Amino acid sequence: MTAAIPAVDRPAPAGPAAASLAFAWRSLLKIRHVPEQLGDVIGIPALFTLLFTYLFGGALAGSTHRYLQFLLPGTLTLAVVFVTVYSGVTLNADLATGAFDRFRSLPVWRPAPILGALIGDLGRYLLAGGLVIGLGLAMGYRPAGGAAGVVAATALVLLFASALSWAWITLGLVLRSPSAVMSIGFVILFPVTFMSNIFVDPATMPGWLRGVSGVNPVSHLVTATRTLTAGTATAPQVLWALTATAALTAVFAPLAVLLYQRK
Amino acid sequence: MNTRTTGIIGDLAVEADGLVKTFGSTRAVDGVSLAVPRGCVYGVLGPNGAGKTTMIRILATLLRPDGGSARVLGHDVVREAAAVRRLISLTGQFASVDADLTAEENLVLLGRLLGHSRRQARQRACELLDAFGLAAAARQQASRLSGGMRRKLDLAASIIVAPDLLFLDEPTAGLDPRSRSALWETVRAIVADGTTVLLTTQYLDEADKLADRIAVIDHGRVIAAGTRGELKASTGSAGIRIRLLDPAKRDRARDLIASGQAITVHDEPDPAVIAARIPAKQRPAAAGELAAHVLTRLTSAGIGVSDFALGQPSLDEIFLALTGGQAGTPDTEQPQPAPAGTEAVR
Repeated sequence: MTAAIPAVDRPAPAGPAAASLAFAWRSLLKIRHVPEQLGDVIGIPALFTLLFTYLFGGALAGSTHRYLQFLLPGTLTLAVVFVTVYSGVTLNADLATGAFDRFRSLPVWRPAPILGALIGDLGRYLLAGGLVIGLGLAMGYRPAGGAAGVVAATALVLLFASALSWAWITLGLVLRSPSAVMSIGFVILFPVTFMSNIFVDPATMPGWLRGVSGVNPVSHLVTATRTLTAGTATAPQVLWALTATAALTAVFAPLAVLLYQRK
Repeated sequence: MNTRTTGIIGDLAVEADGLVKTFGSTRAVDGVSLAVPRGCVYGVLGPNGAGKTTMIRILATLLRPDGGSARVLGHDVVREAAAVRRLISLTGQFASVDADLTAEENLVLLGRLLGHSRRQARQRACELLDAFGLAAAARQQASRLSGGMRRKLDLAASIIVAPDLLFLDEPTAGLDPRSRSALWETVRAIVADGTTVLLTTQYLDEADKLADRIAVIDHGRVIAAGTRGELKASTGSAGIRIRLLDPAKRDRARDLIASGQAITVHDEPDPAVIAARIPAKQRPAAAGELAAHVLTRLTSAGIGVSDFALGQPSLDEIFLALTGGQAGTPDTEQPQPAPAGTEAVR
């Protein structure tokens, strides 16, 4: 059986970029092999888009069609932002496996498994975003900004999502179980996403809530997404969203890497 | 050929000095010192919870020790962790392959990380799958492989680039006897290739079959270390284990067996069982003669025997001999497999 295990020369281990890409490939393979994991990626965005349009559209905007034009950039953001929690959930589950011990004993850049998973997660985010846009178009969403506006908005949402992922990765490194990451993640995300301009114009909210919505980074992102898809975006609107993205990354990425190195 | 760093004969693959690791109030590793020569198979034998896995994780740079120091292949495991990781390979206690990926993908992923090009990584994966008899399962997810195949895949993953030192943490835990011997064969092939192996096990026969040197560890401490011969000298080379039909006759049976024989006899926790050990210096035939003597005495005294086994001392007996106390932690939930070479007479 093992009469001859041919030996090979020892190559130099993969550099940081190559190692991260190898781990990204691993994440994408998992999407292919465990498609049921995509249930949330597909379910949440579809559910929110359909539910809010047909349930509240008439009451909030006079017609479901008019509300859809307002809502869709919001659910695009919401869908992708919700899916980010799974970065922390998967990492937490991963850390408990023997495979991760092996990864950590390899001569590669230590944060590569995390960074690679994050790159792979972009695939999921794109899927969730694409699904919302496709569904919206089928339901009658007609963005004035055209394809270019939609692409720019999606890119911005993906960028923000990967920044937010660092927060869940941090949580995933601190908490004990994947389900704990999931429940705390959603307990935080529900108020944060609802106290924003995703579903309604904050003008009708009481003053304090309007204040919360005004400083909520999700609101800034939705404003940028909405105006980009409508073709009316101004530089400050996009810059606010980029600032929120940069701030999240600056706080959580170093924290996550530090916690990971200590583990 | 191979670019592995060849050391001077006699230098050490692992040199641990007073390693300590505590988790809360538990001292999982409590002052472990080890010297593992290059090119050998070193067995670390101990029950569950003895600290074997924690020790391996320290040596593989996954855990920082709270006290003491260790050098692996000449590099400090804390200060020169990166250098250590270039020379070692770790096969963890639970399958350390990604259960969601296929066998081939697992090997390709690791090959890429270790620096192979995509083409080289595929080719190496193919070679290893063939060599380990896994070619037919190449496209199956690791989670669907049998325990034995998964362990083989684990080993294959550990030698994508032949390491100088391979850690095997309980490589055959939970495997059936056939898969165990197949795995031992594989380990021997890897060793023949020049790799030093540090393996942990709770089975004496496994340490006996594979390891050149053995350390016995309990409660985070090394309680004995040496070659197989040295270790056996302290425990007796062979033993018999007798289960009586009637536990009430145990005292009489013990006296009958012990009289006039150079053996040590003791009662086991099971009220119907007696164990006897032969001193190591005896002739090889002594074990058989003892068995005949014991059976004759018991039968002529009319004491019925329901189970009789002749073989190496069990891990329990080794522990008893070394510590004079109870073996390991009370949570040794896995039933002890019959000692190797056991010939049961029923």
